[in-house]
Amino acid sequence: MSLELRQVVKRVDGDTHIYETNLNLVQGGFNVLLGTTLSGKTTLLRLMAGLEVPTSGQVWFEGKNVTRIPVQKRSVSMVYQQFINYPNFDVFGNIASPLKVAGVPAAEIKTRVEKIAGMLKLDDLLGRYPSELSGGQQQRIAIARALVKDSKLVLLDEPLANLDYKLREELRDEMPKLFADTGATVVYSTTEPLEALMLGGHTATLYQGRVTQYGITAEGYRFPENLTSARVFSDPPINIAKVRKEGERFYLNSGVSWLVPRPLHHLQNDAYTMAIRPHHLTLKAEKPGAVRIEAKVKISELSGSESVIHIDVDGNDWVSECHGIHPFDSGDQTEIYMQVDRCLYFDQQQRLIQA
Amino acid sequence: MAKIELKNVRHSYPPPRGEVPVWALEEVNQVWEDGGAYALLGPSGCGKTTLLNIISGLLRPTEGAVLFNDEDMTQVPTIDRHIAQVFQFPVVYDTMTVYQNLAFPLRNRGMKDDEIRPRVSEIAEMLDLADNLERRAAGLTADGKQKISLGRGLVRSDVNVIMFDEPLTVIDPHLKWQLRSKLKQLHQEVGSTMIYVTHDQTEALTFADTVVVMYEGKVVQVGTPVELFEEPKHTFVGHFIGSPGMNLLPCENIDRRAHCLGNALGIAETREAQSELYQVGIRPEFVYFEQTGIPVSINKVDDLGRYKVAEVETEGQVIKVIVDESDPIPTENPRICFDLDHTRLYRDGWMVETEEVAA
Repeated sequence: MSLELRQVVKRVDGDTHIYETNLNLVQGGFNVLLGTTLSGKTTLLRLMAGLEVPTSGQVWFEGKNVTRIPVQKRSVSMVYQQFINYPNFDVFGNIASPLKVAGVPAAEIKTRVEKIAGMLKLDDLLGRYPSELSGGQQQRIAIARALVKDSKLVLLDEPLANLDYKLREELRDEMPKLFADTGATVVYSTTEPLEALMLGGHTATLYQGRVTQYGITAEGYRFPENLTSARVFSDPPINIAKVRKEGERFYLNSGVSWLVPRPLHHLQNDAYTMAIRPHHLTLKAEKPGAVRIEAKVKISELSGSESVIHIDVDGNDWVSECHGIHPFDSGDQTEIYMQVDRCLYFDQQQRLIQA
Repeated sequence: MAKIELKNVRHSYPPPRGEVPVWALEEVNQVWEDGGAYALLGPSGCGKTTLLNIISGLLRPTEGAVLFNDEDMTQVPTIDRHIAQVFQFPVVYDTMTVYQNLAFPLRNRGMKDDEIRPRVSEIAEMLDLADNLERRAAGLTADGKQKISLGRGLVRSDVNVIMFDEPLTVIDPHLKWQLRSKLKQLHQEVGSTMIYVTHDQTEALTFADTVVVMYEGKVVQVGTPVELFEEPKHTFVGHFIGSPGMNLLPCENIDRRAHCLGNALGIAETREAQSELYQVGIRPEFVYFEQTGIPVSINKVDDLGRYKVAEVETEGQVIKVIVDESDPIPTENPRICFDLDHTRLYRDGWMVETEEVAA
C-alpha cells in the first residue's frame, strides 16, 4: 500500500470541493489525475500532500495514518505550474536548497545535486541564474529540486502547462523515466487526455469533485467505466448518441441500424447511449462491417496530414478524425463510416455495458 | 482590410552595455495577402512576438519598412494602423454586460447606437453569445470571456488586420476544440486578414491556409500545412511540426547515393554533393515494420489510444515509428523500412532536391 485516500471529503464554506473519495495509488507508480479546470485536481493534490486537512476521512501513507501530520513532517515534494525558483541563487543553489535546510553535509549535497542535474540535463548550467534560463530550463530546476530530496511522494500540478508545445512533448517523454528509478510514488495532474496517455502508468479521471474511475491509463481510455469518464478521457470529444435496441439491431433516430454484437444479445429492448471515438469514423469503409451514415458537414479543419470533420449526426455534434486531406465546404453532405465494433454502450445510469 | 508587406525588416534590441547587438529578427520579406488566414508558428524566443509588434506598430524595426496596401506605415503609430488584437488572457470589463463589452470598441470610435446594435448582434450570433448579451461579463467562464475578447476583435469593420496572440493557451482542451473551429468559421464569414500567433502546431495547422514558421529570429519556411508536413524545408520544421517530429539520422554520401544506417537508400541529391553534413529526414508516419528491413531493437512502445509510438534503436540511433491502433508490433527480429517517397535529404539543415536512383 502506498498512498491511500479513505472516504476523503473536502468542504469549504459549505461548498463541497471533493466528494467522498476512495483511492489507493500504486506504490512507486506513476499516477495521473486527469480533469478539466476546477474539477478538483489541485485540491486532491493538496490533500495528498497534507497542505489541506480533509473535512472527513483519512489519508494513509505506507500503512500509516498521516491525516493530521503536517506537510513539513511528511516526505513530500511538490512542483507547481508556475515555476518557483530562488532568483538570487544559481542553479546549483536552487537544487541544493532543500538539502541545505535538512542539514545534509556539503560533500553529499554536491554529489546528489550533480547526479540529479545530470539526469535533467542541467549539468552545464549549474553556475547560471534562473533569469538567464528559458522556461523549460527553469521548470527543470523546480523538478530537480523535487527529485533531489528523495521524497517518497512527488506531486506535480500541471508542471508543463506553461511550456511550449514541443518542449512539453520532450519533457513528457522524459518524466516517467526520471521517476522510474527513484521508487517514489508520483501523482501528476493534467487537463490533457493525450498527455495522460503519453505518461502512461495509472490514471484517475476527475469530474466536478469526484473521481470517476481509476486504473491502467490505456485501459481506462479504451473501456471507460461510465459516460463521464469517457468524456473526460477524450480529445477530440467522444461522439455520443441515443440508440434503441430492438431485437437484433441497434437503431439511431435517423433509422440507421446495425447488428447487436453477440455479447450484448442478452440486453433488453430499450434505450441506451452509444459512444464512438472520432478516429473510428472514416470517410471510406476501411474495415469490414462499417456502417454508413449520412451526415452534414459543419466545418472541416485540415492539418498537414489529417482532417477533422465536424458533422451533424442525428442532431448531435460529432467529429470525425481521419488520415489524409479531405476539404469540405460548410453545408456539404457526406457519408461517414462508423466502425461499429468500436462502439461503447452505456445503460440508463450511464455505466458501461460490459461485453 | 489590407494587404500587409514587410520589406527587408530587421530588428535588434539595445544590447547590454559593452555587448554587440544581435538580430532578434533577421531579414524578413513577407507579404500577408488581403483576407488570408495566417499562422505565425515557433517556440518561445523565436522572434514571433517581435514580428507581431512590428506589424502593430508597438515596435519600430531597426531596418526596413512595413506597408499596408503599398502605403508605408513604418512611422505610423499603432492607433492609426487600425489593428485589432486578441491576447492570451481575456481582456474583459467585468462590470459591463456582454453587450457593452462588445460595443465598447465601436462606442470608442463615436459610432451611433443604432449602428452599433446590428453589428454587435451579428457578432454575438456568430459566437453563440446572443443569449448572454445582458449578462455581466464577471459571471462568465474563462472560455466565455475569451469569446468576448474574440468578439471585440471582430466587431470593428474598419480594421486592417486581426492579430491573435496565443488566444487559446488558457482554454481547456475540450473547449479549445469548439473555439478553434469557431475561429475558422469566423474567418470564412468575416473574410478579414488574420494572423494567429502560436507555439502549438495543431492550432497553427488547423487554423491557417499559410503557416510562417520561425526559428531563432529567422523565417525558415512559409507554406501550406501539407507542404510543411510533406516537405519540411529545414530540419527544424521537420522536428517542430508533427508529433513526434521527424526522425533525423546521420547520412553519408557514397558515390552520390545517400547511405544511412549502413544501407544505400535509393535516393541521391540531384546536384553534386557539396558538404559532409548530411542528414536523412523521415517522419514516424512513414517508417514501417517490414520483414525485409533494417534490424532494430525496440526500446519502448507508448500506447496513445488511437495509435502507438514505438521507439526503436539501431547503431545507436533512436527512431520513432507510428503504428496504427489495430496493427501489431513485431516482437521477434523487428525490422523497419522507410517510405522513399517521404524520405528527405538535408544538407547543413536545409532540404536538398533528390532523385531516385538504383540502390
